[in-house]
Amino acid sequence: MTQVMSGAGHHVDASTLLLQASSVTMRFGGLTAVNNVSLDVHAGEIVGLIGPNGAGKTTFFNCLTGLYKPTSGEVRFAGELLPPKPRLVVRAGMARTFQNIRLFHNMTALENVMVGMYSRTKTNAIDAVFRLPRHRREELASTERARELLDFVGLSSAADMLSRNLPYGDQRRLEIARALATDPKLLLLDEPTAGMNPQETRQAEELIFKIRDLGLAVLVIEHDMRFIFNLCDRVCCLVRGEVLVEGVGEVVQNDPRVIEAYIGAPAEPPADVPPPTAEPPASEAGKGSADA
Amino acid sequence: MLDLFFQQLINGLSLGALYALIAVGYTVVYGIVQLINFAHGEIFMVGAFGAFATWMLLGQPTDWGVSASLLILLPLMLLGGIVVSVTVALLTERFAYRPLRNAPRLAPLITAIGVSVFLQEFVRLFYGRIPGFPDAKSAIPFPSVAGISGEIVRIGSVTIQMPALFTIVALAISTLFLWFFVNRSKTGRAMVATSQDPDTARLMGINVDKVIVAAFAVGAGLAAIAGVAHGLNYGNIDFRMGFLAGLKAFTAAVLGGIGNINGAVVGGLVLGVVEAMATTFIPGQFGSSAWKDVWAFALLILVLVFRPQGLLGAKVVDRA
Repeated sequence: MTQVMSGAGHHVDASTLLLQASSVTMRFGGLTAVNNVSLDVHAGEIVGLIGPNGAGKTTFFNCLTGLYKPTSGEVRFAGELLPPKPRLVVRAGMARTFQNIRLFHNMTALENVMVGMYSRTKTNAIDAVFRLPRHRREELASTERARELLDFVGLSSAADMLSRNLPYGDQRRLEIARALATDPKLLLLDEPTAGMNPQETRQAEELIFKIRDLGLAVLVIEHDMRFIFNLCDRVCCLVRGEVLVEGVGEVVQNDPRVIEAYIGAPAEPPADVPPPTAEPPASEAGKGSADA
Repeated sequence: MLDLFFQQLINGLSLGALYALIAVGYTVVYGIVQLINFAHGEIFMVGAFGAFATWMLLGQPTDWGVSASLLILLPLMLLGGIVVSVTVALLTERFAYRPLRNAPRLAPLITAIGVSVFLQEFVRLFYGRIPGFPDAKSAIPFPSVAGISGEIVRIGSVTIQMPALFTIVALAISTLFLWFFVNRSKTGRAMVATSQDPDTARLMGINVDKVIVAAFAVGAGLAAIAGVAHGLNYGNIDFRMGFLAGLKAFTAAVLGGIGNINGAVVGGLVLGVVEAMATTFIPGQFGSSAWKDVWAFALLILVLVFRPQGLLGAKVVDRA
């Protein structure tokens, strides 16, 4: 499979190059989940990461955020080599949400957001226990900032609710608010609209545009193709751990290999084309059934 | 009869406050690293010995007045105990538990038992080797603190021993500080977050190693306060005192719902009161003080059968 490197055109604004993953490979025993994947994300850009289930998208995210240590390859952020330690990745300015929601369920929405601020605040336990003025000031400032963020994602009325009691769509938005609280330059969203109805999906889309307008770059994994091609400046398609094609939306959308990877080869191709092993994702099942 | 009830209630609360102070250490550490730190009873023991050592270093003062004792001697002894307990706890965390962070859960558990035996034997063999220090192979009389030791307060016909009152007040103040720490500090919030989902906590920028150190330190500090309280209440300390106290405190933590800080405090107090009541109100030989441990552990079994998550524990959901 050919690997399409990011085009030379992007090096014009190399000064704003944020994320630079080069030849990232992740093996689990004999299984190569991510194979030699390179991807650049520039400031203010929305980049989509698509691919059938099992293509290695989430594994790639885990490599970027330090949850996994890549078998080989390197990840640079704003020119600096990222150590594979999640908290240092967060410090560097990268935050993420999860495919399956991972909020702190027994904390309120506000507290969840405040946890996100951990790496950006300074007071220590002694200040807190003895209620020193420095702590009170910072605590007030953090609370206010957390409320702003909740307001930003449209959850201001849910601040004091336990996060496990929030409706599903709100939980997704709370995860985004919590990630924003770490004050990132790049936000990684892992299937932000999974399980959402069309209206919620539209809201999520607006939210991501709003985030981009704040000056953040966004890297988003998604199966909803309309969502992806509406949203993204560039799209990268992973298949079986490798980059199949990368480029602007229309190019990827019309690439026959992408269509094939998702919904199978057309009925008339020569018999030597092996059928794709990866099963199509649930959200695309409707489209695929006609050709199957 | 009612007087007797209140008398035993006070006795039970003071005993329970002692359990509660130790139980917090079990529950905080368990909540974060899912380790039953069986060496925690010994952290309590070295806290008492640390306070005793502070008293020795101050020149074994025996004639200080009430105000000097309460304002200088007692705080210094508490501080000395806390410093020793926290240091020992952090050393065990760093050198015994941290290398086993990703090992199967049985490995740190057995290590904890090993650390427990090590600390007991270390104190037994080496405490007396410090020049001028008494031999710790048998019980050492704990220094008396003027204004507390041997003093009593009477409310009606209820007699409250001052050391017992000290234990209850110490628990109240510690719980207050702990509440502020957990709910109003970022380290506390990070602790709660880590206990709920360590990986996500890491991805939110939390330094989990630091949180674990904080958990051990908080538990050890409270255990040291309990160590001083034990010395004042019983008048002596010995290298084995951590065993039964630790076991009871662990029971208290499970009773309240392990991992839940409020649960540890409530569990400790309930256990203490049940023990005190059982020795008085259960008739015949079963009510003698020799049976109090039986009732304490019978209570544990009952709670585990009918409310396995503990009194205040949330229902445990199996993670897929």
